[in-house]
Amino acid sequence: MSVLRLDHVSRWYGNVVAVNDVSMTIGPGVTGLLGPNGAGKSTLIALMSGFLAPSTGTVTLDGDPLWRNESVYRRIGLVPEREALFDYLTGREFVVANAELHGLADPGAAAAAALALVEMTEPQDRAISTYSKGMRQRVKMASALVHEPAVLLLDEPFNGMDPRQRIHLMELLRTMGADGRTVLFSSHILEEVEQVARQIEVVVAGRHAASGDFGAIRRLMTDRPNRFVLRSSDDRRLAGALLTDPSVRGVRLRAEGGLELEASDFGRFSMALPRLAREGGIRLLEVTPSDESLESVFAYLVAS
Amino acid sequence: MTAVVSGTVIRLARKSVFGRRRGVLLVVLPVVLLGLSLLIRVLVGSDPDAARHTLQALGLVVVTPLVALLATTGVLSPEIDDGSIAYLLAKPVPRSRIVLSKLVVALGCVVAFAALPTLLAGLLMRASEPRLGLAYAVGSLVAGAAYCAVFAVLSVLTRHAVVVGLIYLLVWESLLGGILDGVRWLSITRWGTAIAAPVSGLPLSPTLGATYAAIATAVVIVGATWLTVWRLRGFNLTGDE
Repeated sequence: MSVLRLDHVSRWYGNVVAVNDVSMTIGPGVTGLLGPNGAGKSTLIALMSGFLAPSTGTVTLDGDPLWRNESVYRRIGLVPEREALFDYLTGREFVVANAELHGLADPGAAAAAALALVEMTEPQDRAISTYSKGMRQRVKMASALVHEPAVLLLDEPFNGMDPRQRIHLMELLRTMGADGRTVLFSSHILEEVEQVARQIEVVVAGRHAASGDFGAIRRLMTDRPNRFVLRSSDDRRLAGALLTDPSVRGVRLRAEGGLELEASDFGRFSMALPRLAREGGIRLLEVTPSDESLESVFAYLVAS
Repeated sequence: MTAVVSGTVIRLARKSVFGRRRGVLLVVLPVVLLGLSLLIRVLVGSDPDAARHTLQALGLVVVTPLVALLATTGVLSPEIDDGSIAYLLAKPVPRSRIVLSKLVVALGCVVAFAALPTLLAGLLMRASEPRLGLAYAVGSLVAGAAYCAVFAVLSVLTRHAVVVGLIYLLVWESLLGGILDGVRWLSITRWGTAIAAPVSGLPLSPTLGATYAAIATAVVIVGATWLTVWRLRGFNLTGDE
């Protein structure tokens, strides 16, 4: 049972703050590190894997500092996001080399077991340069698992995987979490994260925006006020009708035509809108969510 | 676990050098040296001056540093550039062991593609004077080791290690080293010549003593290796800096 702890960690590059005063504790089980691209997920994983020094604060694994402490790698398995591998080796040679570097008693057997775990036994004797993106991802997984680490850190592990491989990896991560290992993976896709992780840490623009059970995070994300742009056959009358429904927080007539609307309860609003339009004999010409991008979802989380 | 080098890292580094195009370049350099030596032997005969100039100007000034540059950057730069060195570093292995293992492979290349060919070229041109070839082979080996250490630091300091290394060789070692005599105090090639001198029994380096050269070379090798290890201990995976 291993625990990764970040205590008031910041990391900046010159004037750019990549990680801003983040404190979090990652314990056994699967944790998802969720955030839009450029939010600082990779920086956090680099900090947690000893490949980056915090500018301030401390990062520890079971109380041991990670920076400039190579002994921690006995307990850590790392799957970096970058695809580069030792292309001139075969998959098996690569994983065996990883096992040897960990000083395992039987590197060949450990490598065979790790390759079997990620279903890479069949292509293991082909050069890595011939592997597809998904196969590279799996061979990276095998290299990180070969010493059966207590902590597994994965940076965007589902990138480039086809749906079947994705499901397989999700199962693998769940099993490892259930075994009591500390598994942390990053992703920018909520659906991906909530399928595997119970615990979710959300980072936005380098800040720790939210932390909790996936249900709570999901509610935070879907229950936020939604903004829409509507166009109809009679905007003014539609605005009046919509304001009678409690799911609508505000409506504004736009100078260029159409309505701008903010709904507080998305589920209720999506039922009310067609009903109100039909009752008023108003024809809906356009319904466009104006803030559906992931960034705006995260921006809301930061503000709340 | 107290080994100074890692057999696994050596194996990977060896494959890395010969698995790429630069492996071919490493073979071309000594072939040119030996080909030219053969030509001199056939056209000029066993001439001591021609032999000495060829071993110095081609063997020590061109082939040795270039082999060291290609081999050392070959075992370090590509992995640092693409981040795959993380697979070596995310292991409970002392960084010194990783650096020394890679330097062993680079030095092996210097022996095989610079020092030994220099010895052979010397014997080819001056069969009657084997000490000349041996002296330059020793000079090539010692200078090559110092070059490997210097290029290892360059590889961990800059992404353009090959270009910076070439500029350094061209401007400092060749151009300025040829014009300004004072450069000899800070020139690895000149140190190599000074170390070769007592082995050859000839006044190859009248203005620089072998003792100074040996100490300076040792300082560079130890200092540069230590700096490389220190930089690698603080390797940033994100590469944003």
